[in-house]
Amino acid sequence: MEQKNLLLKIKDLTINYNTYDGIVKAVEGLNLSMSNGQTLGLVGETGAGKTTTVKGIMRLLPDPPAKIVRGEIYFDGENLLKKSKKEMRSIRGKQISMIFQDPMTSLNPVMTVGDQIAETIRLHNDISKKQSFEEACTMLEQVGIKGERAGDYPHQLSGGMKQRVVIAMALACNPKLLIADEPTTALDVTIQAQVLEMMKKLIAQYNTSVIMITHDLGIVAETCDYIAIMYAGEIVEYGTKQHIFLNAKHPYTKGLFACIPDITAEDNKLTPIEGLMPDPTNLPKGCKFYPRCPMAGKECENENPANKEIENGHFVKCHFV
Amino acid sequence: MSNVTLQESSELVPTYKKKSQKAEVWRRFCRNKKAVVGLIMLCVLIFAAIFAQYIAPYDPIEQNLKNRLQKPSVEHIFGTDELGRDILSRVIYGSRISVSVGLIAVGIACLLGGFLGAIAGYYGGSLDNVIMRFMDIAMAIPSILLNIAIVSALGSGLQNMMIAIGISTMPRYCRIMRSSIMSVRDQEFVEASKAAGASDFFIITQHIIPNSMAPMIVQISMSVGTAILSCASLSFIGLGIEPPTPEWGAMLSTGRDFIRNSPHITTFPGAAIMFAIYAMNLIGDGLRDALDPKLKD
Amino acid sequence: MPEKLLEVKNLKKYFKTKQGYLHAVDDVNFAINRGKTLSLVGESGCGKSTIGRVVLRLLEATAGEIYFEGANIRDLDKMQMRKYRKKMQIVFQDPYSSLDSRKSVYESIAEPLVVQKAFTNKKQYAKRVYELMDTSGLAQRFANAYPHELDGGRRQRVGIARALALNPSFIVLDEPVSALDVSIQAQVLNLLQQLQDDLNLTYLFISHDLSVVKHISDMVAVMYLGKIVELANCKSIFQNPVHPYTKALLSAVPIPKINVKLNRIILEGDVPSPINPKPGCRFAGRCRLCSSVCKESDPVLTEVDRGHFVSCFNK
Repeated sequence: MEQKNLLLKIKDLTINYNTYDGIVKAVEGLNLSMSNGQTLGLVGETGAGKTTTVKGIMRLLPDPPAKIVRGEIYFDGENLLKKSKKEMRSIRGKQISMIFQDPMTSLNPVMTVGDQIAETIRLHNDISKKQSFEEACTMLEQVGIKGERAGDYPHQLSGGMKQRVVIAMALACNPKLLIADEPTTALDVTIQAQVLEMMKKLIAQYNTSVIMITHDLGIVAETCDYIAIMYAGEIVEYGTKQHIFLNAKHPYTKGLFACIPDITAEDNKLTPIEGLMPDPTNLPKGCKFYPRCPMAGKECENENPANKEIENGHFVKCHFV
Repeated sequence: MSNVTLQESSELVPTYKKKSQKAEVWRRFCRNKKAVVGLIMLCVLIFAAIFAQYIAPYDPIEQNLKNRLQKPSVEHIFGTDELGRDILSRVIYGSRISVSVGLIAVGIACLLGGFLGAIAGYYGGSLDNVIMRFMDIAMAIPSILLNIAIVSALGSGLQNMMIAIGISTMPRYCRIMRSSIMSVRDQEFVEASKAAGASDFFIITQHIIPNSMAPMIVQISMSVGTAILSCASLSFIGLGIEPPTPEWGAMLSTGRDFIRNSPHITTFPGAAIMFAIYAMNLIGDGLRDALDPKLKD
Repeated sequence: MPEKLLEVKNLKKYFKTKQGYLHAVDDVNFAINRGKTLSLVGESGCGKSTIGRVVLRLLEATAGEIYFEGANIRDLDKMQMRKYRKKMQIVFQDPYSSLDSRKSVYESIAEPLVVQKAFTNKKQYAKRVYELMDTSGLAQRFANAYPHELDGGRRQRVGIARALALNPSFIVLDEPVSALDVSIQAQVLNLLQQLQDDLNLTYLFISHDLSVVKHISDMVAVMYLGKIVELANCKSIFQNPVHPYTKALLSAVPIPKINVKLNRIILEGDVPSPINPKPGCRFAGRCRLCSSVCKESDPVLTEVDRGHFVSCFNK
């Protein structure tokens, strides 16, 4: 597509965990690309490999047990997997930053929030302590916290405010790519609405590209342009928001939509996807979704389907499209 | 739907056979090589203690002044001491004292401390406060001092030494029991049990104690080693076992005077103490990992 | 006339803290008819879980009455209460801490039967346990499994089987699907609904997820800081919300559809502390319609429409 604008390109990424029970194939043969300024939603259930994928991009996987078996991750044209530890450190936080699910554990309890943001800024910019603290206060104002609260410790802030601080910290160095791993799952709905609203505003303002990991299709509908649906370490369907929400083709994607209760619907019956996620040490040979799939046929059992482009930019990994 | 399956299953009720969790723990324990080595070492020690009279080559208290301070040789593998007694035999007999002190002293500490800790943890409030402040006081005194104080008050001897060591290690058990009970007490499965109408007794015996046992067992295995060391220390300073009974600490103490020319008198009992403590620590580590059901491999 | 299975009157539960009294539940009234589901909705800290535990007397209420099948269970002594416990059960949110990790699936499900001495011989126990595993959709081969060997959905099924063991008529469901993945969540929700139909169960469903609440409830009570601010049947709450908090809460739910128009009401600020709350409406500080009367006196729950109760001065 638009090669010039390409920010991130992942080719054939495969990540295994070596455990006593055997090799866990967390991510297998994953291909993904995104351009500048895009927001990509990575959707899937527990164990789909969403977090492993993005930690792979950040090179934050603990080795052992995790092992990137093969693949390439190009960020801004350079292969991140070839970078040294030191080079990676200067990329993390500055060019790619990450927001974790739990704001309680991603802040240091014995440091004031202002200092924590200032420290991140100083790590990547050569400025004085005082200057960085002033910038930290500006960042806090940006995320809707009054500047005078910069001297507060994390425990003095509510859950929503802590997540705002985490976001301020992630955006402090104006990164090109922001990875948000379930940023609002730990928050109440009204607070979630506040935080999402603020995030959308800042993302537009800074023109940051975002990978949003979530299991909530409502949040995806609201914030993302492109969506990748993951199942058992693979992207089973990829497309624009319109493709996925109006013209979903993969049986897993369809299943996901059928099993969420819809608050706007008059009366809806839930149609759950039968069965459970496959055991990651013993994945099905063919299509990973085969054992749970209502349309499964003979070829699905033994043959992993190819990624087919069924319309411009809409990819589906299924034999029946 | 459920009616049909009901009738079917009424004829074919599979009888339930419990899969033992002990077997699972044992399997995990065995996978840890160091722990198995520790267990073998402990078995050697217990074997020596039980069959001392059959495996010891000489009488441990028979003196033979002609053979004083002999270096290790084929006749006396560990050599002889200042009174011509065979050190190997003395070390073997000495394991009897060490093993029994280790087990009984820890038994006292565990029962007493565990009981007090259980009460403090389950009921909380002022009772908890009173018990724990006493434990704090006991913990503030270095255990060797406390041992010496208790033994001097009660008089020396095997029995009093066991009591002294038991009392001085008790506070640790009390704390562990209390904290693990407090963490289990507020879990939802305890609430579920209450909601089913279970009595306090049922909850304590069925849920709280089994779930609090793991740290206790680990502590037991670790402090058996400490108790053996305390016993040796007390004997070393002359407050424990009266001579001529063979005891590792006392042997070290008497061998001290001859350390320049006959280091073997102190080396072998010292090595025996190390052997025992090391065995218990290896087992303790292995048990800690094996007993955690959530720690899957 | 439908039978009221559970009725709660002026229920209060205060916790003593160092800063003062935490008003977890403050003067709450509601009733549930047999075979129906009442949902308690609200954000964390609003006291919904506390109510669930107080009505089962897992926590003692500070004041108020709890009528179950017409009898005030707060007057019962320990032995009498034990008999009532057979009829009232609970399913917890966290499928990890709600099961004893040292007990097998079989032992966990059998526990309520053993506690209440339901049978005399082992065979009867086994029969009942396998029957329960069947009804809650657990394969018999899991009888010997320990909780850590099961996934969240199966663990929750064990929790449900345990709650059903004594044939209760009333079950408190405390966020039973919040910890589960969406596809598993749908399985468990369908199971709960099927059980309700088959066994004529009455549910008190506690949740923060409004989409789930809409799916499962007959009646909904919206809570804010220990008080019920709006109580109505499911349809009225979702179609004609009256209380400004209910409106904001409903508008904040992300909708898994595109091309829908969102009329989102973004609430400013956070939930205030429930310790020693100020007089006046609890929601006054964040409410757009707040007037002087709201800050001075407490609104009471009044009927605005048939069966639709709201506690607001500006209705």
